[in-house]
Amino acid sequence: MVNLIIDGKNVTAKKDTMVLEAARSAGVDIPTLCAHEAVSRAGSCRLCVVEIKKGNRTRIVTSCLYPVEEGLIVNTKTERVLNVRRLVLELLLARCPRSEVLQNLAKELGVDPQPRFLPDTDKGKCILCRSCVRVCEEVVGVSAIGMSARGSHKTVGTPFKETSSVCIGCGACVYVCPTGHIVMQSTGDKRKIWKRTFKMQTCEKCGKYFAPVDQLKFISKKTGVPYNELAVCTECR
Amino acid sequence: MSKVSDTKLKTKQIVKKHRGDKSALIAVLQDIQEAFNYLPKDALTVTGKALGIPISRVYEVATFYNAFSLKPRGEHIVKICMGTACHVRGASAIQDKMERTLCIKPGETTADKKFSLETVNCVGACALGPVVVIDTEYHGQVTMAKVDKIIGKLKEGAQQS
Repeated sequence: MVNLIIDGKNVTAKKDTMVLEAARSAGVDIPTLCAHEAVSRAGSCRLCVVEIKKGNRTRIVTSCLYPVEEGLIVNTKTERVLNVRRLVLELLLARCPRSEVLQNLAKELGVDPQPRFLPDTDKGKCILCRSCVRVCEEVVGVSAIGMSARGSHKTVGTPFKETSSVCIGCGACVYVCPTGHIVMQSTGDKRKIWKRTFKMQTCEKCGKYFAPVDQLKFISKKTGVPYNELAVCTECR
Repeated sequence: MSKVSDTKLKTKQIVKKHRGDKSALIAVLQDIQEAFNYLPKDALTVTGKALGIPISRVYEVATFYNAFSLKPRGEHIVKICMGTACHVRGASAIQDKMERTLCIKPGETTADKKFSLETVNCVGACALGPVVVIDTEYHGQVTMAKVDKIIGKLKEGAQQS
């Protein structure tokens, strides 16, 4: 166990946990976008910045990637931290002016859109946190999507911007996306995601559409469980 | 042999040369670009499969680096240096002249597939500014008249061969 001080409170945390988890368990709220329990950490949204003090020096770090240390002094609400966090949010807001998640967060933190940062119109709601790419690779294991190009042209999508042949339509990317950039449309027996339409499987017991056929085929192939055993929804199983 | 299978075969040979090593992806892509002058889609798919890297990751790498092109490029690649030193010495005028001579804008290829025009941000030869690099040859202190001469020579050479 490691002892540290977060916002003046003595906190004990397990070794190798991150400052973010330690703070949350102590009831200290730190805003985050890209830290999701399902995927590995990347520290890409930069909203979880905190100030750490070791000896006489203080430093700004991303709390979601900084492991707890014995005797570490963490401050989450100093003027310096708030300034950095506001700037990060101002920039994110300029990139995705239509994102409700960012708008609400801005209202909460008292951030207004800055005239000096010209709002983008072509970026949708994507903050390029890469969570969707990571979940597709780490959890789903198909790597159907990735980033393309770089700098201001960087976008997330399928290779060659064509419909992906490896995508199983599971919707994990939609689930982890913090801003709701990725759209999945479900209508009856069809599900549309990444410009591809998937046929849905009906549950053999209750008759509800519950998962794309391609996803069940993928799971069947990966786990060796026969397809017809998977054709029953989780509620009826 | 059809063009598609030719692309795939050549790509497989290139991957084999690098012993199918995953970490050699960039080197493989460089060799493919050297062989085809650009990165054909089929070549990227074959590369991903042969190296065991998802196509989405191969596409990420191929689009990240400016040195890679996914569009077919001309026989000669004309790079105009737009670095600070070249800019001060009139690189934009050279770009204008080059655009008019070749009738293309940066990023485009001439209809006869002889020339591609690109702008780059410093080639590390600032003392020679303004610099134009054609394929691997560096041309220093380029002037309007020199542009005609260099391009004329290349056009002539292309006709002879």
